[in-house]
Amino acid sequence: MSMWRWFHKFGSPKWFFDIASRLIPWLLGTGLVLLLTGLVWGLAFAPQDYLQGNSYRIIFIHVPSAFLAQSVYLMMASAAVVTLVWKMKLADVFVQTMAPVGALLTFLALFTGAVWGKPTWGTWWVWDARLTSMLILLFLYCGVIVLGRAIADEKSSARAVAVLVLVGVVNIPIIKYSVDWWNTLHQPATFTLTKRPSMPVEMWAPLLLSVVGLYLLFGWLTCVRMQTGILVREHRTSWVRALVRSQGV
Amino acid sequence: MQFDSFAAFLFMEGHGPYVWTCYAVFTLALVGLAWWSLKQRTAVIRQQYHAQLRAERRQASADAHTATDGSGTPAASFSRIHPS
Repeated sequence: MSMWRWFHKFGSPKWFFDIASRLIPWLLGTGLVLLLTGLVWGLAFAPQDYLQGNSYRIIFIHVPSAFLAQSVYLMMASAAVVTLVWKMKLADVFVQTMAPVGALLTFLALFTGAVWGKPTWGTWWVWDARLTSMLILLFLYCGVIVLGRAIADEKSSARAVAVLVLVGVVNIPIIKYSVDWWNTLHQPATFTLTKRPSMPVEMWAPLLLSVVGLYLLFGWLTCVRMQTGILVREHRTSWVRALVRSQGV
Repeated sequence: MQFDSFAAFLFMEGHGPYVWTCYAVFTLALVGLAWWSLKQRTAVIRQQYHAQLRAERRQASADAHTATDGSGTPAASFSRIHPS
């Protein structure tokens, strides 16, 4: 019962909007501090890689981008289930406002990977499983953006987008296990839940900081972008009208 | 610090261009996304604010035109009638 009340409350756009307003400064502040600390540490203070030299320093942005690109998709897939089963509006706001963020993160993972590949593998791009499945992830994100905008009716658009997101979710385990299932140039996972990282602490600590920092900044972006989405969809409600009135320019 | 000088830090034993390109694109992309997201929110609020003002003005002028003098006939009005 209380779980249902919580669920109902969480589905209330006004409640989410207010919570987001309170979280926004904290997410931005801690996210920036952690990410910047991680990046400066990784760029200037972490030791050189004995094999790759300094090019490996790209890892401090490549891994957070790639990591988040996949977890944003998983979050969108969970939201898609909520959209289809409970028809919760907020879930669709999340999917449609965050798809561009996922697309950008996937692009960054691909781009930094290509630039890292040149001095390390001697090539910008190979059509291997990991790289190809990441490229498919980028196309999936773009598909979600285009489909969502192509359908004017809010409910049909939400349903169509949710189905597309759920169909595409098979790609996520393919990305994750591609380095184990197929022969690839790509190195295996840096962090796993079961084993200690194979890199020394001076390398993985800054990496962990930048991953957590980017996660928090993603949280900040989620709050800001979902607030915009809520304002658009709820513009007829009295609380949005009052809020617009008090903030109006 | 892993590097002897600032120049060495920038050069990174030849890997500088690769590393700095990645960091520059990453920073620009994220700052751009953050800026765009904030701007979008402000734009939506501003747009709705002006829509509310317009609706109120329309309402007010409609009220003025339909106001009656008590006899049931519309009061004489010298205000200009705005199209739309």
